[in-house]
Amino acid sequence: MSADAKVVEMTQDEQTEMNRGLHYEENLLWEKKRSDHPGVDLPQPAGLKSRTGVLERGDIGLPQVSEPQVVRHFVRMSTWNYSIDHGFFPLGSCTMKHNPRLNEKLARLPGFAHIHPMQPESTVQGALKLMYELQDWLAELTGLPGVCLAPAAGAQGELAGMMTIKRAHELKGQSQRKVVLAPDSAHGTNPATAVMCGYEMRTISTKLDGRLSIESFKEALYKTCDKGSDIAGMMVTNPNTCGLFETNIVEISDLLHKAGGYFYCDGANFNALIGKIRPGDFGVDVMHLNLHKTFSTPHGGGGPGSGPICTTDELAPYIPVPTVVKEGDRYALQWADSRETTLGRMKGFVGQFGMHVRALAYMMSHGADGLKQVSEDAVLNANYILSQLKDDYYVPYDGPCMHECMITDKHQKEAGVTTLDIAKGLCEYGYHPMTVYFPLVVPGTMLIEPTETESKDSIDRFITVMKGFAADVRAGDTEKFHDFPLSTPRRRCDEVKAARNPVLRWR
Amino acid sequence: MRYLPQTQASRDEMLSAIGVDSVDALFKDVPKRAFVDGLVDLPNHMGELEVERQLGAYANENMGASDGPFFLGAGAYYHHIPASVDHIIQRSEFLTAYTPYQPEIAQGTLQALFEYQTFVAQLTGQDIANASLYDGASATAEAALMAMRVTKRSKVVIGNALHPDYREVLKSYVDNFEGTVLGDGGLDDLDNETACIIIQSPDFYGAPHKYEAYRNKCDEVGALLIVVVAEIVSLGLLPAPVEADIVCGEAQSIGLPMSFGGPHLGFFACREKFVRQVPGRLCGATEDADGKRSFVLTLNTREQHIRREKATSNICTNQGLCALAFTVHMALLGEDGFKRLARLNHEAACKLADTLSAVDGVEMVNDTFFNEFTMKLSKDSREVVEALVCKGIIAGLSTDDGQHLIVAATEMSRDEDMEAFAEGLTEALA
Amino acid sequence: MPNLKFTNDHECLHVDGDVAWVGITKYAQEALGDLVFVELPDVGKQVSKGDELAVVESVKTAAEVYSPVDGEVVEANSDMEGDLDLMSKDVGDGGWIAKIKMSDAAQLEGLMDEAAYAEYLKTVD
Repeated sequence: MSADAKVVEMTQDEQTEMNRGLHYEENLLWEKKRSDHPGVDLPQPAGLKSRTGVLERGDIGLPQVSEPQVVRHFVRMSTWNYSIDHGFFPLGSCTMKHNPRLNEKLARLPGFAHIHPMQPESTVQGALKLMYELQDWLAELTGLPGVCLAPAAGAQGELAGMMTIKRAHELKGQSQRKVVLAPDSAHGTNPATAVMCGYEMRTISTKLDGRLSIESFKEALYKTCDKGSDIAGMMVTNPNTCGLFETNIVEISDLLHKAGGYFYCDGANFNALIGKIRPGDFGVDVMHLNLHKTFSTPHGGGGPGSGPICTTDELAPYIPVPTVVKEGDRYALQWADSRETTLGRMKGFVGQFGMHVRALAYMMSHGADGLKQVSEDAVLNANYILSQLKDDYYVPYDGPCMHECMITDKHQKEAGVTTLDIAKGLCEYGYHPMTVYFPLVVPGTMLIEPTETESKDSIDRFITVMKGFAADVRAGDTEKFHDFPLSTPRRRCDEVKAARNPVLRWR
Repeated sequence: MRYLPQTQASRDEMLSAIGVDSVDALFKDVPKRAFVDGLVDLPNHMGELEVERQLGAYANENMGASDGPFFLGAGAYYHHIPASVDHIIQRSEFLTAYTPYQPEIAQGTLQALFEYQTFVAQLTGQDIANASLYDGASATAEAALMAMRVTKRSKVVIGNALHPDYREVLKSYVDNFEGTVLGDGGLDDLDNETACIIIQSPDFYGAPHKYEAYRNKCDEVGALLIVVVAEIVSLGLLPAPVEADIVCGEAQSIGLPMSFGGPHLGFFACREKFVRQVPGRLCGATEDADGKRSFVLTLNTREQHIRREKATSNICTNQGLCALAFTVHMALLGEDGFKRLARLNHEAACKLADTLSAVDGVEMVNDTFFNEFTMKLSKDSREVVEALVCKGIIAGLSTDDGQHLIVAATEMSRDEDMEAFAEGLTEALA
Repeated sequence: MPNLKFTNDHECLHVDGDVAWVGITKYAQEALGDLVFVELPDVGKQVSKGDELAVVESVKTAAEVYSPVDGEVVEANSDMEGDLDLMSKDVGDGGWIAKIKMSDAAQLEGLMDEAAYAEYLKTVD
């Protein structure tokens, strides 16, 4: 990139010219006429002599506009976004479910929003109690009693989980264990996380039927050492990224445990299990949960997430600090000085507390009975979609599926219509596309996760659109697919241009 | 069951369309032993009112910064948040959107990220910024890891009083790599095996630092200079750390409540030449099929979903909504507002320093500061903090040695709060 | 008559005395799609056969280019950083990524010639 790479400017006139109906263009803050006063009124400083010991900063180059301009700016931009509140969002493995506003309201109570993580514990008993109860709920739902809420997101929870395993091996004199197993269908974070832990990744092939077979697992387990004594653990998403439950999981985890390895379960797909099936009961030693998936905290256009981890009693001594403990009727944070076996700290302060409030509010609203219904409806909805689309799209692995179903573009591709075209067609018809081209083990995948918060009507309308696409392709009406989307705020964006000459800021 | 739209009739219809008798038939691949017998051992569902009552009661058990004089900082700061910020971030289109992987229907999030990156780059005096990281602590750890990748070296030097949480997280991250050497040190400890030196400014005790000597030494030995800023408002008064190779830290102060430690906002900015080594998401400008200006997530090949074990980080999210809150707040503040806010913070701290240093038994440790400083007390500072809690005052952070108190003042600190603090401190130290 | 050699991983070599000019084949380029970045090796780097020599990136993929021989990198095609379209040229005509001074020219024996590579492509799905 050249240092003078600049964003193409949009003037006020161009912006006005492009407005149509309810679609408003909006240029960047820096392209607006600079106001002589900002969008906040702050008191006049007294003009005290600075005691910073350094020079005072000069001009920064920030824009300046009034409050109504700021509000209009962001409201207009918001109208260019698709969201779960708009409509069906079947993004596989992402669990785009309804985000209750009660959660938002509660997280904003001053007693939660305006407390500092380093206040004396006596002044934050309510917050600690909330975290303690969340730990309890998650322990009960996973069957894994060692809970640390601190990790900031799924990927950090994953790292915390793998570091827990590493710490356990270290303290047990098993540092020679350096290999981590994961299926080829694994989410990309799994290998990236293993490497961040200093581990070596070994891939297990699942190409046969989308699931782990005992044979290929054994082959990987004993590849370099006939007892598997170089194996630190395995990383498996279950239900897996093809939307299937790993039928051999109990036997595989038994083999792994015999070899001295630990089973890390990627909890991205916990929505298929919640309230009904406990990972601790099928051999999992440690897993992370995505509060922003299963537990309805909003995705926020890409965060904040929250990725607590849950472990067996055996691994609990090693999980990160802090955790919340109950001493009599008081709640306290437990630190490394009272749990020296901990791997240490993963995140500043105590974690994404605001997400903890939301997740607990969500679970209390559903309760034991509601959460079981969540997983059942999620699985029912996905299987219904699979049953309705299986004659129109190629289904690589037979059902039943769990909470998401996989189809591919195999039938359409011959006519020149690919998964990408179908995804962009969905954008045109008012849907967010499903997850596309993931997992990588099957070409042209479309991974559809409806979640439990869709009605049958909503799902039926989606099915109609998908069937319509397949019918268009059969009828030879394929040209239009390459032009989709037409009606969105922007049409297909040139990602090659963006990557070849990156323009990452206004100047 | 208010969040579930399916009815018993619709469920039955769907089951029969699938061709199974019961939903349990769909779970046939799951081993028997993994099923919960009946329901998990938790309470059944509750109405909105009941949940609100119970959790509202928990909130009321806490003593919030809005309940009385409040002088705690140490990496999380109590600032005013304009009402428009929360209004914007609660809009469905921002709040309930996914990561903008489909740019045609996510331009709102993307343009906001582009503006966020521009704000961060401008404030830090760096060429580029990413779309945010989890928090200041993990951003610091990611910065060190990036320096190790760039220099292909494994020695990380902490150059001054780094926030203890950042220090611990840094240790957790870098210790995963065999051969890493992490320790405290000064200019003389930088050698040609050093990947980076980390300087926090203002440091944990509140003192601002200069960077020129570090820059020169880093150039000499080929190490990177990482500057950590835990209070981003300081960049409205202190000079931009243009000498640094990476500037990272915590931006919670702009637009986000303290929220008991999270979600906050890790920021990360660096020189342009390191763009392909940056962890986390990047938003870039491009054009669409009609030639209109558009924004996309770019340089994705650095990331885990493509590079897998060769990714620059395992990160697959940012703090999107927090970055939006920051962006809206920055837009409201503008150039004059941001600088004025910084000055008001500094002046509040100056007043507080004058008020408290007049108390018997208080000795200022650093006489240069931005909005936070450290005092040596004549009594155990841990006990002082507890004593002031009884008076409804959150006094600051007592250090582990019990000798010092770190206190912060912001635009929220009123004269009467400072007076109450001084009065309480006088009694506690008497 | 150019002396071209090919690998199973779709690297292409133009052999000039004891120096191999290494690039990637048309097939590889088509599989990757529009390229957006190439990470070149440092000149002077010692490489063994199978080591990562360079990385080429498209929007959606990054692919390693492996060294087909042992030797020392004597030149990297820095023009390519500014003009990725060069990649589509013949290896001997601007389409090379790096030049390697081979330490064991006998390693070339194990590589395919143009005809053999064409046959090999038929077996690749």
